[in-house]
Amino acid sequence: MKDGCAHVIPVAVVDLSFSSLSFAPCGGRQGTRTMLGRTLREVSAALKQGQITPTELCQKCLSLIKKTKFLNAYITVSEEVALKQAEESEKRYKKGHSLGDLDGIPVAVKDNFSTSGIETTCASNMLKGYVPPFNATVVQKLLDQGALLMGKTNLDEFAMGCGSTDGIFGPVKNPWSFSKQYREKRKQKPHGDKEDSDWLITGGSSGGSAAAVSAFTCFAALGSDTGGSTRNPAAHCGVVGLKPSYGLVSRHGLIPLVNSMDVPGILTRCVDDAAVVLGVLAGHDCKDSTTVQDPVKPFVLPNLTDVSKLCIGIPKEYLVPELSNEVHSLWSKAANLFESEGAKVIEVSLPHTSYSIVCYHVLCTSEVASNMARFDGLEYGHRCDIDVSTEAMYAATRREGFNDVVRGRILSGNFFLLKENYENYFVKAQKVRRLIANDFVNVFNSGVDALLTPTTLSEAVPYLEFIKEDNRTRSAQGDIFTQAVNMAGLPAVSVPMALSNHGLPIGLQFIGRAFCDQQLLAIAKWFEKQVQFPVIQLQELMDDCSSIFENEKLTSVSLKQ
Amino acid sequence: MAAPVLCRLWSGRRWALAYINRGSRHGAGTPTGSRSSGKREQSSVVQQPLITAEKPRKGEHEWAAVVGLEIHAQISSNSKLFSGSQVHFAAPPNSLVSFFDASLPGTLPVLNRRCVEAAVMTGLALNCRINKKSLFDRKHYFYADLPAGYQITQQRLPIAVNGSLAYSVFVGKKRSQVINKTVRIKQIQLEQDSGKSLHDDLRSQTLIDLNRAEGQLRVDANISVHHPGEPLGVRTEVKNLNSARFLAKAIDYEIQRQISELENGGEILNETRSFDYKLGCTVPMRDKEGKQDYRFIPEPNLPPLLLYDSASLPAGTDPQQVINIDRIRERLPELPSVTRDKLIQQYGMLPEHSLTLLNEVGLLEFFQNVIKETRAEPKKVTSWVLNTFLGFLKQQNLAVSESPVTPSALAELLNLLDRKTISSSAAKQVFAELWKSEGKTPAQIVSEKKLELMQDRETLEQLCHATMEQHPHVVMDMKKGNPRAINKLIGLVRKATLSRADPTVIKEILEKKLSA
Repeated sequence: MKDGCAHVIPVAVVDLSFSSLSFAPCGGRQGTRTMLGRTLREVSAALKQGQITPTELCQKCLSLIKKTKFLNAYITVSEEVALKQAEESEKRYKKGHSLGDLDGIPVAVKDNFSTSGIETTCASNMLKGYVPPFNATVVQKLLDQGALLMGKTNLDEFAMGCGSTDGIFGPVKNPWSFSKQYREKRKQKPHGDKEDSDWLITGGSSGGSAAAVSAFTCFAALGSDTGGSTRNPAAHCGVVGLKPSYGLVSRHGLIPLVNSMDVPGILTRCVDDAAVVLGVLAGHDCKDSTTVQDPVKPFVLPNLTDVSKLCIGIPKEYLVPELSNEVHSLWSKAANLFESEGAKVIEVSLPHTSYSIVCYHVLCTSEVASNMARFDGLEYGHRCDIDVSTEAMYAATRREGFNDVVRGRILSGNFFLLKENYENYFVKAQKVRRLIANDFVNVFNSGVDALLTPTTLSEAVPYLEFIKEDNRTRSAQGDIFTQAVNMAGLPAVSVPMALSNHGLPIGLQFIGRAFCDQQLLAIAKWFEKQVQFPVIQLQELMDDCSSIFENEKLTSVSLKQ
Repeated sequence: MAAPVLCRLWSGRRWALAYINRGSRHGAGTPTGSRSSGKREQSSVVQQPLITAEKPRKGEHEWAAVVGLEIHAQISSNSKLFSGSQVHFAAPPNSLVSFFDASLPGTLPVLNRRCVEAAVMTGLALNCRINKKSLFDRKHYFYADLPAGYQITQQRLPIAVNGSLAYSVFVGKKRSQVINKTVRIKQIQLEQDSGKSLHDDLRSQTLIDLNRAEGQLRVDANISVHHPGEPLGVRTEVKNLNSARFLAKAIDYEIQRQISELENGGEILNETRSFDYKLGCTVPMRDKEGKQDYRFIPEPNLPPLLLYDSASLPAGTDPQQVINIDRIRERLPELPSVTRDKLIQQYGMLPEHSLTLLNEVGLLEFFQNVIKETRAEPKKVTSWVLNTFLGFLKQQNLAVSESPVTPSALAELLNLLDRKTISSSAAKQVFAELWKSEGKTPAQIVSEKKLELMQDRETLEQLCHATMEQHPHVVMDMKKGNPRAINKLIGLVRKATLSRADPTVIKEILEKKLSA
């Protein structure tokens, strides 16, 4: 990828071609499974071998999207578009002209990526009804590879949040709330009788994308990651969440939160799949001046067989009092796993970590204040009825269009940017950001190949518990392990490791050197193979729950069984 | 989009901010009809230690004025500063608007290489220091023709700084005395233009044109007065001046206004004013833009703009990806001051003539083309081009390119004059004919109108003789020693030749005959 990856991991490259029907296990999925339960690469192989057609696959996903409507993962389901694309894909397969691994693969896109002809709302009143005339570069790249766009996924308004609870279309429900694993554990608990309201959040802000992948309604989804918005819901929903290096993937068409930290994220069911998607998305885009100039070639992820030459850093500052015991012990277990397989595992220090949250707050709100200035009701999106003056129209439009979280951030940001405050807040925060980024540089310069950290403080929490705190407090907690990475522009990936005592997924995060995304994914893949994270058991949901899940009322009934 | 360079000019007596910007903003704040949003052009004019000098005016020796200019000029480029959409003069409104120009969410700016090169070249021409690293900033304000809610500019670290421009002014009764002056240039910056607002006051509507390319020069003048030796006065900013004449008028008016205000015990407010060109005065603008906080923030979507010179250029770089200042310096055309010096040295031209030749678009080239084709003295050519030719152009309000007389025609005419085929008054006549009747050569006109000088000495002598006989008292006068009498005789002989004789030859013959 980019020069500067001083430590290239010695690997034995294993041929991963799917010439036989023995699908390489990706996270321990064994035995007969429905097509939908497969990974992207597995189903891609099935498509190539004609075991299923793109249209059949598309219809299965569409039907599952309908069955899981109660999850609220999708804002818009682009059924017609997807079926049309499937038809095209089918023609290509019949002619033997498949476009590659993504041809005919159902994907979902977070609703803050512009999609030509398809409403793009950012889960905000402000953009309700806004239909972009162009595709985001990442969306275009997926479509150019033959992927089927199933729909646009739910999020916190303008991606500001870490629960996917704060958008105008309502909260996203975590598919694990309805899993066999979780429900069996719930039954043992005395307070299990208020389950109907006890569904869990997905994390966020890319919760819709994480839920969509987790519930098998698509094989990969795009999220965005500014402070952890891809990795956080990935961890809570038991999927892989990749935040590529800043500048590796184009932001053109991604409706910005913080331009200097935003990165399109990738959510998949296994690391290999994330690598496939990254291979397609990565590279220079003439429409985004912050993308790398160096050409990026698609790659096949190597199978690490030997980690003895690896050095894994454990940042001591990430051991915070709020960290749940379970996550803590899994983190230690993971470190021990690397050590027992011969890797060098050392404690490292990222001394400025604790300033990250407050620093992010200043930088994020400042850029938000600037980025949101274009939503004035004149050209597109919401416009109020008031027309006494342009200024009054602006004020009312923005009052009606943005929720409290967005408005709050705009106000704070404008405060920080005032002439008299700029030096004391914005400039200082930029300096702190540099210190935080330098912490990582120092650690990687000392010979560390990747950092291993928790992704979140705990497993996913029930919605009712989550909303007790305000958005800002929640975001500060939710982003605690993920956000410094965005400050430094580094690649990071959350990989599901194991289920908690409640039967809920817990993910760990690997952080790599800038532009060494491939190396990072190779390490993540090795780890994924070792831990054999269990598949979510949504059998009822997938096989025979169509009647049960037709409406929410019945859903609650089913949960009480 | 608009491809703007901001030059901030400084001089001892007047300091100036110049700023070359694509697109227009005219007539701001005038109470009538279409008004452009003068609102946001105020670039934070940092009153740095200004060196001031006295600006002596009759009876006000105790006041000094300080003036800074912010000049917005459009870069001549095919596409906009930050988007690929085209730039055409007078294109239909909103016909050249990309998704970025319309500020659709998710679009990003992409810097136009041509605009950067133009800015560097401008910086070199104005003796600036070119910053090898410059930055872009966002300047925020809400206005209907600013769809992003901010304008991308170079506030913190512009592309070029600390330049100077030498110029000359004419003083003295006949404006023949030349004084050389230097104005300091604070900075040149690239800046995106906003759109154009057209206010329909009748219907209370504002129409917005996001094409943003009108090819205009626009100047904001910052003006203050103070007593020499005392701190600088409070400045006012007069916005959107779009001609040199109005700029001068506005500055003169504003200086006078501030002086009388202060002398009458008033105070100067730090405010934005507009120039009412009908009344010839400045008036405060309605909006309180002087109080705006633009909340500048670094533009996160544009990495620092890095420039190289041949020494700093990293090996193996793709020339398409980098801008080499030295390459641009090589392409820099000859600058006007150098051309003027050459004209003075090569042709013995007066400095003011060299200035006039360069001030009129195309005039120098016209002059040089005439020189190439004629044997006439350069001084003669200069005189003909600057007096006769330019006079005709001015009279009819034409540009050099619109002239009906070609350089070749003038050159041929001057050759006829030089060979003494025609007299200089006949030449004037031929020129007037050339101007009227395109297509005819000077020789044709001379022959049709019978304007050739009489070359036949014998005939001329006879004419002289006849004239002397017809006017005996003039001859007498002459013999009595009246020096003006010979001129009268010469005039009479010329009249008899229908102005076709060379007066020097006539004089010679007459003198010879008288002394005989």
